[in-house]
Amino acid sequence: MSLAIELPGLSLKNPIMPASGCFGFGREYSQFYDLNKLGAIVMKAATMEPRFGNPTPRVAETAAGMLNAIGLQNPGVSSIIENEVPFLASFSTPIIANIAGSTLEEYVEVAKAFNEAGDVTALELNISCPNVKEGGIQFGTDPKMAAKVTERVKKASNLPVYVKLSPNVSDIGTMAKAVELAGADGLSMINTLTGMQMHLSAKRPLLANKTGGLSGPAIKPVAIRMIYEVKKQVNIPIIGMGGVVNAEDALEFLLAGASAVAVGTANFQNPYVCIEIIEQLPKTLAAYGFNSVNDAIGKGICS
Amino acid sequence: MMRKENMVILKKSPIAQDTIEMVLENKYISNTAVPGQFLHLQLKGHMLRRPISISQVDEHAETVTILFKVVGSGTKELASYPIGNSIDVLGPSGNGFPLEPKANSTILIIGGGIGVPPLYYLARKLKEQQVNIVSVLGFQTKESVFYEEKFAELGRTIIVTNDGSYGRKGFVTNVLDDVSSIDCYYSCGPLPMLQAITAQMAGKHGYISLEERMGCGVGACFACVIPTDDCGGYKKICKDGPVFPAQEVQLV
Repeated sequence: MSLAIELPGLSLKNPIMPASGCFGFGREYSQFYDLNKLGAIVMKAATMEPRFGNPTPRVAETAAGMLNAIGLQNPGVSSIIENEVPFLASFSTPIIANIAGSTLEEYVEVAKAFNEAGDVTALELNISCPNVKEGGIQFGTDPKMAAKVTERVKKASNLPVYVKLSPNVSDIGTMAKAVELAGADGLSMINTLTGMQMHLSAKRPLLANKTGGLSGPAIKPVAIRMIYEVKKQVNIPIIGMGGVVNAEDALEFLLAGASAVAVGTANFQNPYVCIEIIEQLPKTLAAYGFNSVNDAIGKGICS
Repeated sequence: MMRKENMVILKKSPIAQDTIEMVLENKYISNTAVPGQFLHLQLKGHMLRRPISISQVDEHAETVTILFKVVGSGTKELASYPIGNSIDVLGPSGNGFPLEPKANSTILIIGGGIGVPPLYYLARKLKEQQVNIVSVLGFQTKESVFYEEKFAELGRTIIVTNDGSYGRKGFVTNVLDDVSSIDCYYSCGPLPMLQAITAQMAGKHGYISLEERMGCGVGACFACVIPTDDCGGYKKICKDGPVFPAQEVQLV
């Protein structure tokens, strides 16, 4: 069965990829399996300058999920291009660079840097990180700002741009339509939901950052609902994510309208989860009467 | 190198208040683990694995021993597993203590509470190298003391309890002055203890083992980082540690 899928600027041998921030720059998981097996690799977010991120504790377990507040820690775009991209380029798997910034200019500079460096196949525009004080989420909650950053990044590079949407908005359809109109080649959704956990004995929030982004199976129904809503309103493809742990979950995302599926938090529990889903997906598609990945996309949407 | 393995519980015994000793069988991990490394255990109903340090290894019996304190829902779940149960484990994880001391040198072991277990495997290995071992072990109270005899078999051992209900009263740092010249120290315990020790032992060669809430446990998620300087330098506790030269990291 064919698992291949064509997205703007991205030819994927299968629709499964690790989600940004849950896979570092691939080195750690390459000791468990051959990264050539993945549909794509999405790198951890890059900013212009190195960022240390938030104080610890940065993670907290929740019912069926976890909160994180890493704070976009990364060595900066130049170091990523010099030290991380060449390693990933040794595999025949498309590389998607997740780009973040505090200002419009920073997004543009980071996009330019990846565009000039080569080896990166597409950009994922991170306008939805809930864990940094400035930028990031502001671009992700105001449709005008989101459109503006999309437009500027599109102009700054030749790479296809997938805009990663935040679920922390009242109307995700408006956000999606705004970035589509601004030239986005695709969408990536959803990022984490803002949450908080209290530490009982300390009588204060457990995370040093107080709030964090909720991920894992707990958010899957939210992701499915938002993809379903957005798919009906836009004509660009969606990379879906949010709590995927097995091939059935991946099919659910395809049915809701996603054309590819990213796996995040589940990598922490099972480092082999991405390739296990890739191996299982043909059987799961067949079990529900589909002959290919393409066959299943959006088939769950009722008129 | 770390692998995803299944470990079978062979033995389980309460060893102190809320503290369980568990013996796990696995050929690969028992044959590759070094002192200071940890296991990352998957527990039913829990999104995140739990890091637990290795307290002893028997290569011939192919077993690894862990000690843990039942403090939250994860350790409660682990404590409930019966003998014969299989646990999904990533391990051996991280980098352990360098076994650099030469024969006849003297090293000081300083352990606090549930930080004591990894130091036992270390002490055994160093004893095999004919190193003289002095151990200072601190616990909250008499009921929480464990492994006193095991450490005593390896060298002079001083027990300290916070409330004075057993051994000397106070903190481990209160008795460090009683210990004559040492070549190197190794410590694991709560952060305030490590801060006090590294301050008191400044200038001495030493290694500390750190803990932190972890996400992936393999170095990919950047949850458990520790700064190394004021300029943005950092190390990952799960991958670069959990053991670090005492001067290499900033205990903030």
